[in-house]
Order: sequence, then structure tokens, then C-alpha cells
Amino acid sequence: MAGATSMHLGSDHASRFESKAATRETPLVKWTILALALGFFAIFLLMPLIAVFVEALRKGWETYVSALVDPDALSAIKLTLLAAAISVPLNLVFGVAAAWAIAKFEFRGKQILITLIDLPFSVSPVIAGLVFVLIFGAQGWFGPWLSEHDIKIVFAVPGIVLATVFVTFPFIARELIPLMQAQGREEEEAAVVLGARGWQVFWHVTLPNIKWGLMYGVILTNARAMGEFGAVSVVSGHIRGQTNTLPLHVEILYNEYMFSAAFAVASLLALLALVTLVIKNWVEHQAARSYRETQESAS
Amino acid sequence: MSTVKSFRVLPGFNLTLGYTLGYLSLLILIPLSAVFLKTAELGWDEFVAVVTAPQVVATYKLSFGASLLAAAINAVFGLMLAWALVRYSFPGKKIVDALVDLPFALPTAVAGIALTALYAKNGWLGQYLEPLGIKVAFTPLGVLVALVFIGLPFVVRTVQPILEDLDTELEEAAASLGAQRWQTFRHVILPILLPALLTGFALAFARAVGEYGSVIFIAGNLPYVSEITPLMIITKLEQYDYRGATAIASVMLLFSFALLLIINGLQAWTAKRTGRDR
Amino acid sequence: MTPKLKQSLRRSVVVLSLFAAGSAFAQSTILNVSYDVSRELYKEINPAFSAAWKKQGGADITVNQSHGGSSKQAGAVIGGLEADVITMNQSPDIDILVERGGLVAADWRKQFPHDATPYTTTSVFLVRKGNPKNIKDWNDLTRAGLQVIVPNPKTSGNGRYTYLAAWGYALEKTGSEAGAKDFVSKLFANVPVLDGGGRGATTTFTQRDVGDVLVTFENEAILIAQELGSSKFDIVYPSLSIDAAAPVAVVQKVAAKRGSQKVAKAYLDFLYTPVAQEIIARHDFRPRDPAVLKKHAAKYPAIRTFTVEQKLGGWAAVQKAHFADGALYDQILAKK
Repeated sequence: MAGATSMHLGSDHASRFESKAATRETPLVKWTILALALGFFAIFLLMPLIAVFVEALRKGWETYVSALVDPDALSAIKLTLLAAAISVPLNLVFGVAAAWAIAKFEFRGKQILITLIDLPFSVSPVIAGLVFVLIFGAQGWFGPWLSEHDIKIVFAVPGIVLATVFVTFPFIARELIPLMQAQGREEEEAAVVLGARGWQVFWHVTLPNIKWGLMYGVILTNARAMGEFGAVSVVSGHIRGQTNTLPLHVEILYNEYMFSAAFAVASLLALLALVTLVIKNWVEHQAARSYRETQESAS
Repeated sequence: MSTVKSFRVLPGFNLTLGYTLGYLSLLILIPLSAVFLKTAELGWDEFVAVVTAPQVVATYKLSFGASLLAAAINAVFGLMLAWALVRYSFPGKKIVDALVDLPFALPTAVAGIALTALYAKNGWLGQYLEPLGIKVAFTPLGVLVALVFIGLPFVVRTVQPILEDLDTELEEAAASLGAQRWQTFRHVILPILLPALLTGFALAFARAVGEYGSVIFIAGNLPYVSEITPLMIITKLEQYDYRGATAIASVMLLFSFALLLIINGLQAWTAKRTGRDR
Repeated sequence: MTPKLKQSLRRSVVVLSLFAAGSAFAQSTILNVSYDVSRELYKEINPAFSAAWKKQGGADITVNQSHGGSSKQAGAVIGGLEADVITMNQSPDIDILVERGGLVAADWRKQFPHDATPYTTTSVFLVRKGNPKNIKDWNDLTRAGLQVIVPNPKTSGNGRYTYLAAWGYALEKTGSEAGAKDFVSKLFANVPVLDGGGRGATTTFTQRDVGDVLVTFENEAILIAQELGSSKFDIVYPSLSIDAAAPVAVVQKVAAKRGSQKVAKAYLDFLYTPVAQEIIARHDFRPRDPAVLKKHAAKYPAIRTFTVEQKLGGWAAVQKAHFADGALYDQILAKK
């Protein structure tokens, strides 16, 4: 499940290909590919992004700002940040533990375990929300017990957090597993032989090697956590100012004919996505640099 | 297993694996098993009747058909985009490269309303498409557009690193042996890219089948025409039919799991082909 | 387990239990779980109730509101969303709360006046300005080539009323079930988009420019004409429509647990007071209070309506004959 969630450290090598006849296309082919690729990019990626901002500012800055400082919007922002602030660390701890077990040791059933970790990625978000209703809902397994002890899980904040943890589950683990596999275990083993304790090994040997990958995973997890709609929609009670996250708030505004306000809040989320991408690129850049430095010092 | 154990120098295996399994069970496996247990309340015959009802079958056709098509479109254009990003220099390249990940970071609901605003018959793109007889919003085509949007990063990001690592010597050798550029691509480059391309295709497909947020705004949600399977689950839920909802959910879950096994197999193949460790 | 891990786990447990505990001292709030298009109404009624309650010597009270598709909301209450009161647009969404878990008293219709419906509305047509397709009555909606926008009858009360109104009209015209089925089949063959709720359908019709006619609640139609400019749409009243009374109930099981029975009942009683009825009229629903109704009479053209009980044998029968899996509605869609 690498792909979109994999950090790639390539820098721009286009000149390497363009300088040689053998790895170059005729201008006609080149321009056709470029036109098709960029046209596709413009229609499918750029236009929707621009549309969000244009629609958001259609009624001017004042409407835009007032949509964002509305108490319901602010409480939605708070809840969204809270859900992310809880689910990211949880999945971070899990991701590191899982990657350590999978990358540093051999055991039977590893492939199945990796597939199971990937499962939330391909489970429909609707199902992700549904399962928690089945378990914690009033008619669910623990419903009567929870209700007796006056603990609310679904249709309250814990349910939103659970659903968020579920949908962002694999990203950090999947980022770290290949990275730690590639690094092997010689360094750690050497440290152990030299007398380091387990926790010291991780802190002083492993962590410096994986910190960029870890950060990258955190960024992706955070982005997904803040943007999840389908799963959260099923477990949120849709109570104004209480259990609405930003994406749900967008839907509500949209349903109240406040299109500009809806797009204003949407643009905040889009902005968040853009900031994520900027940080991501910076992390990749840093990672590439530290990678090069290790290569140089090794040679 | 025991032979491996004797070589184990590093600490923490039991702790980390135990924690991994515990956390995985608690948050993913037990919750998902609830779907199957609830489904089991239906008898086998009832289960079959629910998941093969004509309206439900029509949603499978749309969900799987549109997802396959979207993944195929992404495979073609994603490959081109990855190719352009790796092989050509053009202004704004860094921005294009960064924005490829947008669908991954953008909330699906936002994507949904933005796409609907674009492709409705009074939208920026819709107003030019409608006179040509192409209706996108509120048709199966709209579902396709949304699924293409969310699937794009997966193909680009799986193919891109492989393209970057590709040795130029192979192509030079092919050229010196008199191969045309197209022949080189077809017989030298494509076979190397194929596993990654298939992985990207499968990822985009897996993501698309379950997608809900972005599709719901742009699809017409018409039974037998533009209704997707996740919506069918929601509709059942809203009629208080939990068993029916979980029955369809189990079908989707089994499918997802099978697909993931295939994807992981493909990735192992990629690793073998290219000697990369991912 | 490492100390750090323990600490972070403990911290998250603390955070989680804080939220869980939040409910225990929340009696100064009640939650009204309602349907999709009532949000503006209750946004105005809630502060009015808080003020009236305080005036009567009650404590400070905040009414929280939650909106969504009617059945989805009822589902959430069944699933454990702690609503003190439920205000819906169709009875089946309250009856299900009696059936599942005994959340609402079986005799809820008897607990408030007018079968516990503080206001009503009806299904009308919204057409594009000047009525270019010359749509006058239900039979115009079955014309070939016409596009009708309706929310999904399976998931929205609004859509369900539309379907039943058309059925009632056809039953009267053709005099037979078969004739009605044929008529409604033709009508739904003209539906190009089925949105999940009333608001989705409105957006499709007004913002996306899809369809020749939107069938929706009268209050929604008046609101659209106001919000989005009366220069763009006209409202058409059919010769016969359905009485879409909006039922309310105290969710007694929740209220008993939270100790909010008194305030919950007072809240629903408040809906029948002249103050609330006036707000209701301002939001274009038809109030029950004759004086208020008279004052706003200009807004509500006379229209002949029937109730589900009168013509269709009650909601339970309708549910079984029309909306159950494989029943008439499913058959009609399958025929397409």
C-alpha cells in the first residue's frame, strides 16, 4: 500500500534524460504527453481547488471571515483539532511498534498482518462508522452497559475520535515498515552488543534514522484525520456546536443555502491540505538531504 | 520459528508484536467482526436475497464498473503525468508535483461540492459540456469523475519512484541496437513499470470502491442508475435495516480484503523486479 | 509497556473519560433532534423558549439542536443519541422509537394537541419563473420529457409525502390501486436525481439548474422564493395535496434518565403558544393557532389536502404496502 503514502526522495533528474538522444522523445511526442498530462492535471486537480476559493470569496472578504469566526465554525475547528490531536499520537505509537515488530523480526503470518494493517485503507468510510454504532450504539454489544454507566461513545466525541483513528490507522505504520526494513538491523544489533538497553537503542539508533519518515507519516495521518467525512458523519450526532467537525460543518452550511460560507470553511480545509503539502515537500527535502549526507560520509 | 528465535538479538519483539496485535484487534478486527456477526443474524437464504437484490446488484455494477474505469483512466494519465514529472522540465513543475497529492489531503466532502459546482450544467466546465450533450453531474459519469479525482495520486506516486530509478543505460542500449523510441518504451520500460503500474491501479481501484463523501454530491443517487454501494448501505441504515446494511458491508469487506492481498502480492513482485525494498 | 507509552495511554484515557463525564452535569441543556429543513425554525424557537422558561422561574436552559434526514436522525436516537425531545416531519420516525427500545411512550400522539403535531405543511410545486412548462397539477408531472426533482422517499419524509400525495391524487382520479401505481410509475420515471434529503433536492433544482419542477414542502418553497429571489421561481398549488403534519414527542427514556422530563414537556408545550406559533408562521409552516393562522392567511392559499389516516389507512399500512423492501415503491423503481 505504498504509493501515495510513500515518501520518495528523488530530486529533479529531468536533465539527465533530456540531454541524451536515447532517452528523449521527439518534440511532438514530448509536447503531446505534456499537454495531455498537464491538461488532465488542470481539469481534475487544479480546477476543483480554484473553484473552492472562488466560490468562497464570491460574496467578499467579510462574509468569508464571518463564516470562519462563527461560534459553530470555531467549535467545529476545535473538535477537528482535538480529534486529530488524539488520533495522531495513538496511531504514532502503534505505527512505531508495528514497524519495529515487522521490520526487525521474522515471524510467520507477517504478510497477513501487513494486509490486516492495510485493511482500513480500503474499507469504505461508511462501514468504518457503522462498526462503532454496532458495538457502542444503544442497541449494540456494549450499549446497555455504557448507558448504565452513563458513558457516551457514539454520537459523541469519543465516537468521532474512534472513527478517525480507524480511517487513519495504517498510514504511519505503512510509512515506517519499508523504511525500517531497508535499514536492516545491524546498527541496532551492534548497539545491543555494546550494552545499550532496548529503549536506548530505539531512541539513539533507530529514531534518528526514521525521523523523517515518521514525520511524513504524521503529516499524512493528520491530513486524513482532519478531513474525514463519511465515517465521522455516521457516528456524529450532528449537534450544532458540539459534535460537528469541519467537514460536517461544511455540509451543514451547504444545506442551509449558505454556499459562500460553506465554501469558506471548505477553503480553510483546502488551505490545510495545501499547508500539509508544503510541509510534506519540506520534509522530503530534508530527508533527501540527510540521506545524501549519510551517503557522502559513508563513502 | 524456534531457529529464528535463537538469532534474535534485538529486544522488544514480544512487546511490539503484542501491542500491534492488541491494538489492531481492538480497533480494527473486533469492530469489523461486528459486521459479520450482525450479518449472521440473517439466515443464509436471507443473506443471499439481500446481497443479490436487483437494486443492490445494480449498485455493485456501478461501483465496481466506475471504479475499474476510473482506475484505468488514472493508470493511463497518471503514467503520463509521472513521466512528465520525471523526464521533462517545465515551468511550475514543483507545484504540479506537490499538488498531485491534493486529493489525498483534501476532505472528500469538499472535493464533492467543488466537483459538483464545476460540472453542473451551470458550472464552469458543465456549461461547455452540456451543449455537446455530455452530462456529468448527476449521472454515472459524475461518479466516474469523482473517482478519477480521488484515485489519481495512487498511480502517480507508485510509478514515479520506479521511473526515477530507471537506468538510462537500458534505453541507450536499446537505442544503439536500433530500437525505435516506442519500441524501447513498449519492450524495455513498460515491463519494468508494469508491477508498479498495476499496484497503483489496484490501489486507486480499492480506494474508489468504498468512496462515499465526494461521490454523494455529484452522483444523481438514482436507483439502478447512479446509486453506489456505500450509499445502499446508508439507505438501509436509514430504514433501520441494520442487518441488511451489514450484509452488504460484509460483501464489500471481503472484496477489500481480497483486493489488498492481491496488492501486497503485486508489491512483492515489484520489489523483486526492481530490487527495491518497498 | 514503556513508561512513555503508559503515560500517553493514560493521558488519552483521561481525555476520553472527561468527555464521557461531560454528560453527567449537563441537565441545563436539552437536545432537540429534528429533521433536515427545520433548522432555521428551531434556531429561533430555542432562545424564545429559554427566555420564556426563565420567566416562569426555571433555571437557565440551552436547547441544542441536531438536524439531518428524518429517518437518519431517528436512527441516531435509536443508536444512543441522547435526545430529550424529537421533532420530526413524519410519524413513522417517532413510531420506530416506540418499537425499538421503548424510547417513546406508545400513546405519544395523545400527549400533545392535534395528535402531537404543533404545525403542518403540504407538498407543493416550485417551477421556474413564468412556469414555462405550464405545470398546473400532478398529471402534468407525468408528461413525457419533463424532469421532476424529488428527494428520496426511502430516506426522507419530504420525498415520502410527495410520493403519497401523488398516489392519493391518482387514486382519486383513476379510482384504482393499479391506476395509481401506473401514474406514480410514470411520475418517478421523470425523476433524474434522487437526493437524500429535502435540502439536497432544493440545491439540485435551484443551484445546479436541474429539472423543470421541484416538489417539496410549502415552507421550503416559500423560503426558496425568498432566499434565492422570487424573480427566479414560482410556486404552484396542485388541486389536491397531502397534509404533512410535523409530529413531536418527548423521548421519555432519555428524559427520565437525565431528569429532564419537565423541561422537555414544557418545551413541546411551548410550541403551541402564540409566541412560538408566530415564529412557526414566520418560517412559513402552517400554524395550528387559528388567530395566528388568520393573521398570516395571505401566505397560505387554500388547498384541498388529505391525511395519511383518511385516505391511505394510516402510516403502519402505508409503510407495509409502499416502503418495505420489495413493496410498491421498490416495484415502481424496478419497472424503470
